[in-house]
Amino acid sequence: MTAFVQFAGAGLALANGRTILADLSLAVAEGETVALIGRSGSGKTTALKLVNALLLPTSGIVRVAGTPTRDWDPIRLRRRTGYVIQDVGLLPHLSVARNVGLVPELEGWPAERIAARVAELLELVGLPFADYGARRPHELSGGQRQRVGVARALAADPPLLLLDEPFGALDPITRADLQREFRALQARLRKTAIFVTHDMREARRVADRIALLSGGRLLASGTPDELVASDEPELRAFLEAGG
Amino acid sequence: MTYEVAQETAWHVVLVAVSVGIAVAIGLPLGILVTRRPAWSRWVLGAVGVVQTIPSLALFGLLIPVPFIGGIGPRTALVALTLYALLPIVRNTVTGIAGVDPAVREAARGMGMTDRQLLLRVELPLAAGVILAGVRVATVVGIGVATIAAAIGAGGLGVFIFRGVAMVDGRTILAGAVPAAVLALLADAALGVLERRVGPPG
Repeated sequence: MTAFVQFAGAGLALANGRTILADLSLAVAEGETVALIGRSGSGKTTALKLVNALLLPTSGIVRVAGTPTRDWDPIRLRRRTGYVIQDVGLLPHLSVARNVGLVPELEGWPAERIAARVAELLELVGLPFADYGARRPHELSGGQRQRVGVARALAADPPLLLLDEPFGALDPITRADLQREFRALQARLRKTAIFVTHDMREARRVADRIALLSGGRLLASGTPDELVASDEPELRAFLEAGG
Repeated sequence: MTYEVAQETAWHVVLVAVSVGIAVAIGLPLGILVTRRPAWSRWVLGAVGVVQTIPSLALFGLLIPVPFIGGIGPRTALVALTLYALLPIVRNTVTGIAGVDPAVREAARGMGMTDRQLLLRVELPLAAGVILAGVRVATVVGIGVATIAAAIGAGGLGVFIFRGVAMVDGRTILAGAVPAAVLALLADAALGVLERRVGPPG
């Protein structure tokens, strides 16, 4: 297994000297889903933003497909990386179809190819184009919006997906539905994925491997089964807080 | 006199339209620049704000002796009206862009939009309603302030107002004031319709 994303002693310190993330070393294999779990302020979102170069490490290296993020053209890197965030961030002035087709459009795909891809993706996330394509984001429920967010992230068929608490703002039932759908989708697509969450149950549902961050440091990592057996106190706290 | 009123009304519209047009051409880029360089925000907004505090009659008068842009006539009036129109346009451009949902901006950057694409495809379309509200305020205020242009020989509906005041003739004052008020109402309504059309969905 080759590492598609590799954190090699990656850290981020602010200009005022505060350390957000320290010396993170973690490899995410091709086709693998790794959950980064931790409390607010643990550095998990920062770690994610180091991958698509929204942030650059102040120490160490983050490699994507073997190339340090510093040496990537950030625009190219981001267009090849699907990004899903908790607040979805759909463009409110564009239709659902245009939101999903945005990256292909930025990449200059011909219109027919974009239209076909958008229809295919909306079908994939259970929002048929005929019913939903022309709607505006504000006409959708929270769960539907997040489905559109996932479809948008997949649009240009990127090899890598970054998800930052994608289902965090949803009610528990919708969240469980989307976790199941995500799992099913991943079983088909086998994208390399990094999934940030603060919910251990979610991490166990969606991920092949879990990495626990606390105070900007990696405390433990392993498969869900390995972690259940661990006696790391912060990990026990997470396991006891949410199954 | 009816012909004269129509003529000055048309000229009044030209004065306001040209000055607001120039103010948009200067104010929009200035506002965008300020959102990119937040440190400049105090200075730019302060400067255009200070202009607003100068009484309009005084501003027209103060500009007369200024070389190149001053003198008696329409040029000076256009400069003064443009300066007045800048504040609402710059301020609303800044407010409108700053008001774009941070999640939308983050998602757009995360999808690999360049700075230019972020501005043209996300920030400006979403700020358009607020920016247009600024243009509307600038236009309505400009129609009122433009009546003072007559004081420096630049024409417009103020011609009748100043003449009426000098002759102590209410009817002549109204010949300038009523069309100016109607123009302001029409401009307000028309720009309001446009603003709602480009405004945020939902």
